[in-house]
Amino acid sequence: MRLRSPFWRRTRDRLVKVLCGLAAVGGCALLVWILVVIYQRGSESLGLSFFTEAPVPPLANTPPAGAEADFDFSDPNEEDKPREAEPGPAGGMGNDLVGSLLITTLATLLAVPLGVLAGFYLAEFGRHSWLAAGVRFAANVSFGIPSIIVGVFVYVIMVRPWGSFSGYAGGVALAILMLPIVARTTEDMLRLVPDKLREATLALGATRWQTTLLVSRAARAGILTGILLAIARVSGETAPLLFTALNNWNWLDLSSLSAFHQSFSGPTPNLMNQIYLDTSSPWPDQIERGWAGALVVTLGVLAVTILARLLFRGRTHEIR
Amino acid sequence: VDGLARVALTTAACAILVLLAAIFVSMYRDSRLSMETFGWGFLTNSHWNPVEGRENYGALSSIFGTVVSTLIAMLLAVPLSILIATFLVELAPRWLSVPMGTAVELLAAVPSIIYGMFGLFILKPILAEHVEPWLKESWLGGTPFFQGAPLGLGMLNAGIILAIMVLPFITAITRDVFRSVPRLMREAAYGLGGTTWEVTRYVTLRYGRRGIVGACLLGLGRALGETMAVTYVIGNSNEISLSLLKTSNTIASRMANEFMEATSRPLQLSALIHLGFLLLVLSVLVQVLAQAWIAWSAARTEGRA
Repeated sequence: MRLRSPFWRRTRDRLVKVLCGLAAVGGCALLVWILVVIYQRGSESLGLSFFTEAPVPPLANTPPAGAEADFDFSDPNEEDKPREAEPGPAGGMGNDLVGSLLITTLATLLAVPLGVLAGFYLAEFGRHSWLAAGVRFAANVSFGIPSIIVGVFVYVIMVRPWGSFSGYAGGVALAILMLPIVARTTEDMLRLVPDKLREATLALGATRWQTTLLVSRAARAGILTGILLAIARVSGETAPLLFTALNNWNWLDLSSLSAFHQSFSGPTPNLMNQIYLDTSSPWPDQIERGWAGALVVTLGVLAVTILARLLFRGRTHEIR
Repeated sequence: VDGLARVALTTAACAILVLLAAIFVSMYRDSRLSMETFGWGFLTNSHWNPVEGRENYGALSSIFGTVVSTLIAMLLAVPLSILIATFLVELAPRWLSVPMGTAVELLAAVPSIIYGMFGLFILKPILAEHVEPWLKESWLGGTPFFQGAPLGLGMLNAGIILAIMVLPFITAITRDVFRSVPRLMREAAYGLGGTTWEVTRYVTLRYGRRGIVGACLLGLGRALGETMAVTYVIGNSNEISLSLLKTSNTIASRMANEFMEATSRPLQLSALIHLGFLLLVLSVLVQVLAQAWIAWSAARTEGRA
């Protein structure tokens, strides 16, 4: 280290401190700015009808508002329905909300049991085995696979053979994204449990499996946090749904199980694709609806994330 | 019961391995048509022509766009992340650093499509009306990096949005790395009369160097494969230009844009999946590098302690 005059050192130190402070304030300001923008633009057309109505396609007789159409992402199932000129917002996204919830539920049902069991294996049964090392590595690598690749993969293995885009395919795509997250956080949380507990249980004559169940009870809050964070992460994903669930302007048929299966086997409404479609559209009423959807999704994702953190913070001392 | 449980758990764990392998195999299988048609020339071919009868696809412009937009993002995000992490660990009082740290982490939870909308509806007009004309008038306007009309869309916008997206990731990991630097070492440096900057520069940064490189690699992986945000703002043109004001495309944005219309054209679909396969290989390489780096540096650090 070269020695400089105290004045220079002090000045440089102050300068760096100011820079650090500015950067930190800038980072927070960015979050606030983004949230304010979403709130301002989204709350304009967010009312009760957003949750109870399906989206209405753009007015056939109004020209787009001068904006250039950068993206053409038209739904092949979309019928050209001319609509009477009427004021007001262009419907809601109730059908998309229901579809998104069902797709995410399906993904959770698929990924959580498998992921938690894999986590059990990594932490308890095969902790030091070469297989565990391989799986751990694969899970870490899977984190880094771009989500659009997962979408293409599911298109190739499900959508093309079945001949139709479907909610099922969307659920599988999201499940593939969730799986490594759930497995790795489950393992990490189990590892926080002291080995003394395992030794004590095994010494009492319990089997490995009984021990695992006991240990997992101690790590319950942490595992739940991991699952919630995984759900929050995939519910904001758009890219894996583009070529799997696609989109739909109508409601899913929930009148009976077979009717549901029927409509879930075709293009399924979901918030993310509808938002993408709306905000890429040149029609102002569509864009406005897209922002309302963005507000709902952001609030939902942030709420789940914060909930997960509070849950974990409240319970951490129990694990340690 | 124990044996049964073992089998069930092992199967679940293997599912992760099988899935990763299946993704590789199926992406490879579906890019075969394009691989056989274009060979290795696919990598250096800058054409992308879906017109029937004259179909010709190459990956060069997508690879170029992916690499350049990621580079811009890293150049912007890494120094900022280090500054923010330094502030959170060394300078801020606890009552400030906890909420600020949470804010940065929440920034990571915001869905990527939101960043795309932010880039298209908020950042684009700002860039087009203020920043880009100003850049062009300054001495930078003479360099080849700022040529062309100030559209607001293109490489610059994409780079900024990507930087905003990877910033929270790199910051969060860097902050944890800084925190793991032993208190004793920092305090010894302060005791020698070091200023905050000197302690950060010569002790914290040097000690946490490896962790920060790992953090950057993870951020890099995210930026490479980001789809939605980039698709909104990069303009999606098949162009290779040094100018940051020009529109371009990335592998992921091209897939998002063209996949649906390509489903009826086998060669274009295969070319797109071929692109996807390249992206897959690239991001897996970055991940493997990151994992190897983290494992290696952990071993070194432990060995030294």
